[in-house]
Amino acid sequence: MKPLKAILTLLVVIAVTCGVQAQVGSDRLVNAAKEARNWLIYSGGYFSNRHSNLTQITPANAKNLELKWMYQAAVAGAWQTTPLVVDGVMYLTQRPNDVVALDAKTGRVFWIYRHTLDPTQIVCCGANNRGLAILGDTLYMGTLDAHLVAIDSRTGRALWNTKVAESKGGYSVTHAPLVVKDKVIVGVGGGEYGIRGFVAAFDARSGREVWRFYTIPAPNEPGGDSWKACPPKTADSFCDPEAWKHGGGSVWVTGSYDPALNLTYWGVGNAGPDWNNEQRPGDNLYTDSVVALDADTGRLKWHYQFTPHDRYDYDSVQVPVLADITWRGAPLKAMVWANRNGNFYVLDRETGKFLVGKPFVKVNWMDTFDERGRPNQTPQPAGQPTWPGNQGGTNWYSPSYSPHTGLFYVSAWEGYATIFGGTPVEYQEGRNFGGGVNRSFVPVPGAPATPGIRRGPINNWTEAAATGAVLALDAGTGELKWKFPMTDVTDSGILTTASDVLFTGGREGYFQALDARNGTLLWKASLGAQIVSGPITYEADGKQFVTAISGLSLCVFGLRE
Amino acid sequence: MRIRPLLVVALFLITAAAPRGAAAQTAAQAHPGEYAPADIAYGSRLYDAQCTTCHGANGDGVGGVDLRSGKFRNAVTDQDLVRVITTGIQGTGMQAFKFDASEIAGIIAYLRNMNSFDRGAVKAGDARRGQTIVETKGGCAACHRIGTQGSRVAPDLSEVGAARSAGSLLRSLTDPTSQMMPINRPVRAVTRDGKVISGRRLNEDTYTVQLLDDQEKLVSLVKADLREYTIQTVSPMPSFQNKLTADELADVVAYLLSLKGR
Repeated sequence: MKPLKAILTLLVVIAVTCGVQAQVGSDRLVNAAKEARNWLIYSGGYFSNRHSNLTQITPANAKNLELKWMYQAAVAGAWQTTPLVVDGVMYLTQRPNDVVALDAKTGRVFWIYRHTLDPTQIVCCGANNRGLAILGDTLYMGTLDAHLVAIDSRTGRALWNTKVAESKGGYSVTHAPLVVKDKVIVGVGGGEYGIRGFVAAFDARSGREVWRFYTIPAPNEPGGDSWKACPPKTADSFCDPEAWKHGGGSVWVTGSYDPALNLTYWGVGNAGPDWNNEQRPGDNLYTDSVVALDADTGRLKWHYQFTPHDRYDYDSVQVPVLADITWRGAPLKAMVWANRNGNFYVLDRETGKFLVGKPFVKVNWMDTFDERGRPNQTPQPAGQPTWPGNQGGTNWYSPSYSPHTGLFYVSAWEGYATIFGGTPVEYQEGRNFGGGVNRSFVPVPGAPATPGIRRGPINNWTEAAATGAVLALDAGTGELKWKFPMTDVTDSGILTTASDVLFTGGREGYFQALDARNGTLLWKASLGAQIVSGPITYEADGKQFVTAISGLSLCVFGLRE
Repeated sequence: MRIRPLLVVALFLITAAAPRGAAAQTAAQAHPGEYAPADIAYGSRLYDAQCTTCHGANGDGVGGVDLRSGKFRNAVTDQDLVRVITTGIQGTGMQAFKFDASEIAGIIAYLRNMNSFDRGAVKAGDARRGQTIVETKGGCAACHRIGTQGSRVAPDLSEVGAARSAGSLLRSLTDPTSQMMPINRPVRAVTRDGKVISGRRLNEDTYTVQLLDDQEKLVSLVKADLREYTIQTVSPMPSFQNKLTADELADVVAYLLSLKGR
């Protein structure tokens, strides 16, 4: 190493280790998971493990956790964001599309950026934003009106603002962008409004679009023949000959990236319309799939479809978790995935090859897989319940993988079913495109069903309609190792640490620490409102903190001194 | 702890108190066979009172609209029908109607069965006679509260007529367990020192349970402090299938449907 380069390297190391606010270059992003004192990427690192190497909080001392500070948001509604922490500064989004910079030690605010939304914007399923990305000293946020905004991380001033899609057609960007090298990658939501989904990359400096991959191929493109021609029309049938044009395929959560393979992975949402499958014959690629895209060009390397020709809204609204594991005695670059359709999967992330498929909750929409991983679907008779129900065996909330335990942890809904039904629906821009006449399955007619998104303070469906759990699965086989049952269902993400502590929340408002090795409850705090985001951990002034968002409160915990 | 004999013989209509709006789900039936005769009968009476002015007794009073055909210009599903009835149709004479969950369940059930409903086959209950049965022969007040009278041990019935459909109320009387709301399931807890606590569940989470005990006290228990905790899925309320005649049951249902609260 030349002297000048060595000195510069030393200066960077000193700056990073001493907490000086250094630029977040792409090299730091590649090594984000190793930079444990910060949280630089939505899922903690490109492999999306939500696993931290911090070890100050342990199974032995977790009982000494106490509240250190709180920050209150001003706008009511589910707060699904995951903060970033960069060298002592926390950045997070709050409703509807604000960005807040605050001191990670005290919660005091440095600045707030407020994005003005297009009044014609339409967003399905709640006006949510799940977080930010950073590169250099610039933050990136997708917006409910389908823009991508670059913001100066020191001042909160907007640097550029690019329209990603037409928001009045139901397009939105609700997930945290993924920065790879010099590009900012986002996908669009809006499947419930008949969008044609895509993932697109933008130049991080200018905001110019560099590439775009449509999650719904056109008829002349590979996969286009999975949107089949309609059968001859009958008096009672309704089939859309151009179903692909509004075929859905949303991207609701952030993708993952393998630098060695230069592949970025994205979970793709349901087909449109969600439930009336008869009007869109064919497998409907790439809905309910994972797609592996070249990070530089957006070209499709491979795909795997979890639920071909979906009629249940089982979108793959999950973060792809990448894990280097030993599988049948050999090292494997794996992708592990607990899908909304109730099955746990292991795929080879180099090739997309299907290796394992195993239910983690009750499943009756399919029974077996063929050798290529195609499920044998077993649609239930009209009026009969299908497991898992419409919200799925799990949903958008992030799981965690711990290389330390070799376990994959997922928030699951158990005993939850829906009686599905479809009804024809013609596409109209900006109008709901669900096509469903679904009913929640409840054991007593008229009994309350588990609310899909939010709940009040009284659980009046209890064990009869659905219960929640944290499931610890062997990452190579899907075998259940332990289960932490909850009375109510949970929409909380999961965090694990190298000291084998697992943090998670739930609808009941408890934030709890479990022993990641066996599921033993170590500590809990009642925060009073639903926890719907994923906890993170970071270090400031040599002390480990862990976050939980409950209702309108961001609560930050640390060890009692 | 033993349940008091009085509670056992009383009308323990534990199935009845669902939150407002819950019964709206019963209006959303997917298949014709699922509409309870009692709902259809209740709906027919509401239809006669509220709809015949425009739609006529046979459902063909509005030009081009035949409600008995089973096909509706602005609605396919039951949810569509609920929307049309409760929000109206702009630019037409169809106004928005304000119905509670029981009433909307009845109206939908009737609209779906207008063509085949035989008014003579269903006994319309008399609410006044039903009130007398509830207050005397039924012994309902031993467990249930209506207004300011009766026990709070079982669910309060003061607003049950706005929350539960006619069909559900009738089934509650003849097969109570089939209609018992999960939240109302009786619980039995034994503390570490052997104290037995029984009551009706009000709320529950992973670590705690809240209940109204059989002394009508609000009790919150930490599950970790309990030696035993069981949730019963069989209703302690006896069936009135063979205790009341069909006419008496219809009278009781009519009375319960009249309980709309304030």
